[in-house]
Amino acid sequence: MLKQIEGSHAVAESVALCRPEVICAYPISPQTHIVEGLGELVKDGTLSPCEFINVESEFAAMSVAIGSSAAGARTYTATASQGLLFMAEAVFNASGLGLPIVMTVANRAIGAPINIWNDHSDSMSQRDCGWLQLFAETNQEALDLHIQAFKLGEELSMPVMVCMDGFILTHAYERVDMPSQADVDAFLPAYEPRQVLDPTDPVSIGAMVGPEAFMEVRYLAHAKQTMALERIPQIAHEFAERFGRNSGGLVRSYRCEDAETIVVALGSVLGTIKDTVDDLRLGGMKIGVLGIQSFRPFPLAAVRAVLQGAKRVVVLEKSFSVGIGGVVSTDVRMAMSGLNLHGYTVIAGLGGRAITKTSLARTFAQAEAGTLEPLTFLDLDWRIVNRQLEREAAMRRSGPIAENLLRDVGAVASKVH
Amino acid sequence: MATPIKFYQTGTFTVGNRLLAPEQRSLQASTERSNSLNSGHRACQGCGEALGARYAVDAAMRATDGKLIAANATGCLEVFSTPYPETSWQLPWIHSLFGNAAAVGTGIAAALKVKGKHDVRVIAQGGDGGTTDIGFGCLSGMFERNDDVLYICYDNEAYMNTGVQRSSATPGAARTATTMAVGPNPGATFGQGKNVPLIAMAHEIPYVATATVADLRDLEAKVEKAMSVRGARYLHVLVPCPLGWGAASHDTIRLARLARETGIFPVFEAENGEVTAVTKIRSRVPVQDYLKPQKRFAHLFSGAGDAATIAKIQADADRNIRRFKLLDEEIAA
Repeated sequence: MLKQIEGSHAVAESVALCRPEVICAYPISPQTHIVEGLGELVKDGTLSPCEFINVESEFAAMSVAIGSSAAGARTYTATASQGLLFMAEAVFNASGLGLPIVMTVANRAIGAPINIWNDHSDSMSQRDCGWLQLFAETNQEALDLHIQAFKLGEELSMPVMVCMDGFILTHAYERVDMPSQADVDAFLPAYEPRQVLDPTDPVSIGAMVGPEAFMEVRYLAHAKQTMALERIPQIAHEFAERFGRNSGGLVRSYRCEDAETIVVALGSVLGTIKDTVDDLRLGGMKIGVLGIQSFRPFPLAAVRAVLQGAKRVVVLEKSFSVGIGGVVSTDVRMAMSGLNLHGYTVIAGLGGRAITKTSLARTFAQAEAGTLEPLTFLDLDWRIVNRQLEREAAMRRSGPIAENLLRDVGAVASKVH
Repeated sequence: MATPIKFYQTGTFTVGNRLLAPEQRSLQASTERSNSLNSGHRACQGCGEALGARYAVDAAMRATDGKLIAANATGCLEVFSTPYPETSWQLPWIHSLFGNAAAVGTGIAAALKVKGKHDVRVIAQGGDGGTTDIGFGCLSGMFERNDDVLYICYDNEAYMNTGVQRSSATPGAARTATTMAVGPNPGATFGQGKNVPLIAMAHEIPYVATATVADLRDLEAKVEKAMSVRGARYLHVLVPCPLGWGAASHDTIRLARLARETGIFPVFEAENGEVTAVTKIRSRVPVQDYLKPQKRFAHLFSGAGDAATIAKIQADADRNIRRFKLLDEEIAA
């Protein structure tokens, strides 16, 4: 059924269609509307049987999820930013225990300085936590990915993070096609855990493992993610057959067939990049874009297959590893190993900085001309950066610098070029 | 699956039990008990926690007719019972993290509720570090939501698993690896720490109780009572640690009894935030009798001795006696 609704509510409805049995809720922007939506569905009896638990922290949210999933209940929670970091210990634990919890991450920056707007720093900080990480490009894909995530996670007995851009997707009112309960029921079988806390068959879960087997346990987690590389496209295909649209999968390329320049990106910015590619194509530039839907497992072979015909690759990412540069870029470069390609990293959109077609077009043209720096910060305001560097050179002092920068900008709102 | 109980595992109270009516006998004297924490684990000799956990969990198993699931915090109890690929636990058991046992218990209880398994019950358990410190947020959350979980804290008054460091349950003057017996005020600082049974009562949960391994029938009875109630329940058990306290392993029970008989550890029950019963002191003893056998307090007795600090500890014990009315009035008089 077609609906014009907020992204968060679309996800809430979609999660409800998956019949979760336990939902842990803790508020954090920009995720909160999702659990609010679910809470209402539980409270009014639409989603039943389901326990909706208002926990006292994100650490508790994931811990309650661990308990309920281990006891055999389909379990869901959502978080973002600081919340994801606060639950980090339990996030690793959930994957180590092989519990197929599904969690939405409404991607948001991490402080300090505190910032509620979108980038991918939060989920990228949990890159190595053992969860499958799927990225949505649109609200439609976000709601579709949740349905696929429960199926994927439960088949592999692994938790799945569905990442969607905070505000840009979560708070955008867009048209979505909401599946019917009957179709979701037919697509997603009931959760049948491999191992469950049950007095009729007592097991000990979470024993201590020493050096004699720890490496093997970790490798087996990797082996499962490798299996996911096969199951993700299959599940996306099964989804397309039942629901009539393509969502998810490992990667999606756009106009890459003869492209000399390929832009790699994740999430909602793909739409802006596609529009830019269309414009540049009109001007004769051979450019395409590769969207990565599955960041963990990282589809090395699928990425390589698309990139190998190109001359240069621009990884445009909303995450930043201080001291080196790109996060996604590192993985893309591994996929490019042995290929004769120029690689560029463009850090963009941190803390909600708008990514405009104008800036993208200029940057891609620079890449084609060979004048782009290997590590570029899109629309970085060098004036205020240099002014602060000068100040620091003149007088060393410790402490935060955000306040100085805001004074230089002369504004406290997020800056749009 | 469950290992049969051998006669020697039925406890030292066996003979005495025969003089009691069957319903008054310790569950541990029965070869029919569940043996939830089986022999072969790696606890130290004289471990109060292993003893307390065995009695508590078996009592909870009997109260639930074996339909019980346990969540365990990281700590000695977890480490000595489940070195992969072995386990001493004969009931469904999960260890997740140090600070989240109460929340994991909440999750299990929620799953059981939604699945309609109302007869299966949940306990969560941990040491004092996992309860009063790192797990405190999750514990308080479980309390205030009144989740159907019995949380059992085995309190040995420090982080024993990591090598005897101070926790918020460490008493004043006690030597630990992080409250060294050096300087002008050796040992743990007075005026710090928290009383979690009282904090639990402030949540007005249905049932809060304290117990020690000196009175194991009392511990069993409190577990049984706790399992007869729904909602959040808290049981705080004093479990001496020979290693951390610097005490002889054969003194575990004696020290637990002295903690009660000095007034240092008040044994009581509370329902919905009000104290409803206390275990009276039978034969009051000065705190020195409790402190002296423990090397963690040795600095109070070396050289000329530290009478002022001992007096402070005595004053705290006296306050407990007044506050919880631990003495019968004629004895007090």
